[in-house]
Amino acid sequence: MDEVQIVERLKAKFGEKILSTYTFAGQHAVTIGPDSLREVLIWLRDDRELDFSWLMDVGGVDYLGYPGDDDREWRFEVAYQLYSLGKNHRIRVKVAVTDDSVSVPSVWDLWGVANWMEREVWDLFGIRFDGHPNLRRILCHDEFVGHALRKDYPINRRQKLLQPSEMILCERMEWA
Amino acid sequence: MGLESQVNSPFLATTLDEVINWGRKNSMWPLPFGTACCAIEFMGVVSGRFDISRFGAELVRFSPRQADLLLVMGTVTQKQAPVLKQIYDQMPNPKWVISMGACASSGGFYDNYSVVQGIDELIPVDVYVAGCPPRPENVLGAVVKIQEKIEREKAADWK
Repeated sequence: MDEVQIVERLKAKFGEKILSTYTFAGQHAVTIGPDSLREVLIWLRDDRELDFSWLMDVGGVDYLGYPGDDDREWRFEVAYQLYSLGKNHRIRVKVAVTDDSVSVPSVWDLWGVANWMEREVWDLFGIRFDGHPNLRRILCHDEFVGHALRKDYPINRRQKLLQPSEMILCERMEWA
Repeated sequence: MGLESQVNSPFLATTLDEVINWGRKNSMWPLPFGTACCAIEFMGVVSGRFDISRFGAELVRFSPRQADLLLVMGTVTQKQAPVLKQIYDQMPNPKWVISMGACASSGGFYDNYSVVQGIDELIPVDVYVAGCPPRPENVLGAVVKIQEKIEREKAADWK
């Protein structure tokens, strides 16, 4: 399906829950709030014509001090990159996160890959995911304090790990 | 043909240090701690074209208990730092360390929250090799530097 049509369908179905849309370099994105995230993603995944079977990536963005962007109402965004293997189309869904008191619902039960991706966003941006089964740091070591990719993390701050931490626990997960 | 044709007597007078250091410098067993592209360059150093065995150090060991030359090749993250320290501690004396490439020596261009800014924060280093990654000749140069250092050592210095 033409990706412009996907955006139109989203607007028709979810109306005011779609906060904004934009297109850059032929890539289409919609911004929504955390409350409607699961509803929108479940619809995108399960609609027969959209068939977004693959969650390619989950990433965080910190807009603190972003140039020319003083009136933005939220500080963080979590971006979900979706791709349909069957239909060969893509869409980006962004979730506006006001600050770190707001948490985002986890989608690890919809796409198993989201488990580690959400841990990465938690580790580096400090955005919490509600319903995540194992929200621990994944890249930084366990004794790390703060969240390294936040814009207010001091660029010269180094945190040394002196003792080997417990080897990575291989926890068996029951995939939904 | 051999040494005996050069020497008329079956005995040689020398010092213990000379003999021990001669043996040590010509039979180093390297342990590759390869974490990045420098380790790929090390494959070239070991292989036939450059051939580290010309310097007696071709017997690459993957157990620290069996090695006496630690080659740290690549970026060492803060999370991995205790692992490198532990591997160094596990090596028996005598032991030497080559820090290969920009990342291991100084963090390289990874001047950020996750990378150790030079492995000398963790373990003593004998020779630093410049380059990103260094040419194989450069690594062989470091091996020769270590050999020169061994020649000047006293066997009794190692406990």
